[in-house]
Amino acid sequence: MIVTTTKGDMDDSLLEHRTGTIDNENELTVWDEYWLDGELVHRSAHVTLKQSPSFAGGETATF
Amino acid sequence: MANTQSMCTSFLGELMLGQHQLGTSTIVSRGSLTSPTTDTLKAALYLASATINAATTVYTVTGEVSGTNYTAGGITVTNATAPTSTNASATAGVGYWTASASLVYTTVTLSTAFDTVLIYNSTQSNKAISVHTFSSQTITAGTLTLTMPSNTTTTALLRLATT
Repeated sequence: MIVTTTKGDMDDSLLEHRTGTIDNENELTVWDEYWLDGELVHRSAHVTLKQSPSFAGGETATF
Repeated sequence: MANTQSMCTSFLGELMLGQHQLGTSTIVSRGSLTSPTTDTLKAALYLASATINAATTVYTVTGEVSGTNYTAGGITVTNATAPTSTNASATAGVGYWTASASLVYTTVTLSTAFDTVLIYNSTQSNKAISVHTFSSQTITAGTLTLTMPSNTTTTALLRLATT
């Protein structure tokens, strides 16, 4: 697989791949890193928003 | 300082003024008597060190990320689905809306940590709508994808509920 990096497009077989996940009540995030000789050359993140802001408590006045 | 996830307070009042039209265009008196247009919403990213919260009233460049292939102001939000409302009981209901596609920042390099996206209405003087936070991230010659929650009464991106 070809990976876009700070050094240009490279085959992933030449790179060290690291990945991780953050999963909590607010989000599910998966990140991918590719390293070349100890240098980070690519990092992507996929964030799925789980919890969003809401406004609750709308009221009307009584006469 | 820090960013705080919230619906922008100013957005609530602006809704009563009819200053936002999310989803498909329906108000014929808006902008043009014959050719109404849907508002363009945008999504801007903010540094973890910024202060974006319920008190934010408009998009600001202060604290916004910068980097390769990122344009100030962010990207356009796909806004093809009209808001929905439903009643849970005689006195309680909810109106809700979710962007109809993921927010994708393609092949960017954002070296300073960021943790927030501000949704705002670029058609209506960049009025702020909502603030969404996530874990601090950086991107290196890569893609940031923000996938929307399901568009339901309990999970939609924006929800206005009576109790």
